[in-house]
Amino acid sequence: MAHRSTAFVKGKKVMLEIKNLHASADGSSILNGIDLNVKPGEVHAIMGPNGSGKSTLAQVIAGREDYEVTEGSVTYNGKDLLELSPEERACEGVFLAFQYPVEIPGVGNTYFLKAALNAGRKYRGEKELDAMEFLALVREKMKVLQIDEGLLKRPVNEGFSGGEKKRNEIFQMAVLNPKLAVLDETDSGLDIDALKAVSEGVNALRSQDRAIVLVTHYQRLLNYIVPDFVHVLSKGRIIRSGGKELALELEEKGYSWIQEAVSS
Amino acid sequence: MIEVTEKTNPYVACFEKSKDSLPGNELPWLASERQKAMDRFAHLGFPTTKHEDWRFTNIKPVASTSFTESQPQEGAFASDPTIGIPLIDTEHARVVLVNGFFRADLSKLENLPDGITVKSLKDALKEDANLLEAHLTKYARYADHAFVALNTALFQDGVFVHVKRGKVIETPLLIFNVTTESAGQIACHPRCLIIAEEASQATVMEAYTGSEGSVYLNNPVTEIYLAQNAVVDHYKLQQESEKAFHIATLQVHQERTSNFANQNIVYGGAIARNDISATLAGEGIVSTVNGLTVGGGTQILDNHTFIDHAMPHCNSYEVYKTVLDEKAKGVFNGRIMVAQDAQKTDAKQTNQNLLLSGEATINTKPQLEIFADDVRCTHGATIGQLDSEAIFYLRTRGINEDAAKSILTYAFAGYVLERIKIETLREHVESVLCDRLPMGDLVRGAL
Repeated sequence: MAHRSTAFVKGKKVMLEIKNLHASADGSSILNGIDLNVKPGEVHAIMGPNGSGKSTLAQVIAGREDYEVTEGSVTYNGKDLLELSPEERACEGVFLAFQYPVEIPGVGNTYFLKAALNAGRKYRGEKELDAMEFLALVREKMKVLQIDEGLLKRPVNEGFSGGEKKRNEIFQMAVLNPKLAVLDETDSGLDIDALKAVSEGVNALRSQDRAIVLVTHYQRLLNYIVPDFVHVLSKGRIIRSGGKELALELEEKGYSWIQEAVSS
Repeated sequence: MIEVTEKTNPYVACFEKSKDSLPGNELPWLASERQKAMDRFAHLGFPTTKHEDWRFTNIKPVASTSFTESQPQEGAFASDPTIGIPLIDTEHARVVLVNGFFRADLSKLENLPDGITVKSLKDALKEDANLLEAHLTKYARYADHAFVALNTALFQDGVFVHVKRGKVIETPLLIFNVTTESAGQIACHPRCLIIAEEASQATVMEAYTGSEGSVYLNNPVTEIYLAQNAVVDHYKLQQESEKAFHIATLQVHQERTSNFANQNIVYGGAIARNDISATLAGEGIVSTVNGLTVGGGTQILDNHTFIDHAMPHCNSYEVYKTVLDEKAKGVFNGRIMVAQDAQKTDAKQTNQNLLLSGEATINTKPQLEIFADDVRCTHGATIGQLDSEAIFYLRTRGINEDAAKSILTYAFAGYVLERIKIETLREHVESVLCDRLPMGDLVRGAL
């Protein structure tokens, strides 16, 4: 899959603007002043050691209520994202691919996807898809992502392997067609074949209009999904930003190198 | 004791007054059985919460209401006779009982296939006395159950179903027990006997419904006998009036290599109690008892099940699901007994309870009594709220909170819904469930 760098398209407005974001859970602060701007078409990688706040950032963007935003702001397409419920954010085009996709026994994948898609369409004042239209759309996306039709008939994530769960996240992303996709450690726990398959899926969904934020611990994923920007997160702050070469440097020298470099 | 006597007295008096006119009074075995049952009832009295089997279900409102015995009703119905259950128009054969009495004019039995007999119990006592003597009152034990005793002593009518040897009846039989508004508060004790002869197969539904807002006691007892190799699929739908009392017993007796399955749907009633028991009296038997209970308001919904593994090489499967909202109370007591001789028994029991409000309560008790040493018995009970992770997951896909809760509740009930093979019944059961969900329309027909 060819990577089309869209990083420096001029004149595009910022889609996601995070300013001085502080967040805490159960009274302990996790994010300590994040600043980040993301434009349509860009792919940003957020890297960092365990406990640096990567997943918290992803969850706060998606609207998890377990985290309390204590300071700062998140603006998405001119709207105060933090004022919106998780479902409103989704309907506005924000998508979170979960690190641990939730199993929902008894709820069929097809039913779930159709309900989700039509919830968004209804919110945006678009016509809801009927069963035939929905099936046509789903088939098209399955073809692009090379997903087996058997997956549709199964309950959401129930009994799925780790790789299947992650692919199902990307498949949902393809169907829901978000403007901003946050992928939370989509590479964790995947063998190399599954990683390639998931990466190809993500690359197929890169476009001029869509921004992607990859949250990852390892550089490995970035061999397959080449980012435009790399940010290093430590103790709830972005301590360094750069291009894709920063990821390679991190891979070589480890996180301690950069943490030391920053503190000195 | 005095209090108990005061409460049982009217029933004893009623029996004394009517025993000579009760159906089957000319049959000595039945007359004597009725007398014994009434004596037993007078001795037992209504159970109180001091009885282990009634600890969490206080039936004082039943015991202290003076019900009058129901009388046969004539004439047409102003509206749909099967109140709230729109299954009457299906092509399936049906029986309608009104206030416990068989109504030939409302039933539709003319297209029954060969090999199955369906008639009122009253007629059967005249026409099939020998067969009834062998089965009626032989399975539902009243020695320790006041309500079974009461039914046995006082039943006036009911249904008799007889499936002949080797006959496979493909079309389901739907039995509707309807209680209509009456002058006073009535008590009904309908009795149903289903006999499936050797290697026969049948599907039977029993539905219970009543006029909205009316107070009555429905005390049905159903006995099902499966001869060797017989297969019976049985459904029970309880959708009584929200003020009614429904105290029911289903007693199944299974012979060698027979297969029985029951799906028990509990929706209605102010106080509703089911005692569902299966005696596995031969080898190679399969017995399945599943249940879905959905309660709200101040309903008290109690399911007691008992699987009696008396013989070796039998399997029993049990999944009971309860969804309770508002101040509803639920009880599940799942007893499994494995006799010393019942080696190679495989018994599985699961009880899952979903509490949608902070005030709803459930008391669940698996009760395994195992006297054999080479058996596999598993049981598990869970009580919980909707999975907040799953709700968040659905919300991040654009589905709002009420919709997410509706989807997850519906999915919770799905196991039992999927097992209802009578399509019209499944649709109806689903539809009633959806009506009770905050965004039921979204999940309607999702299965």
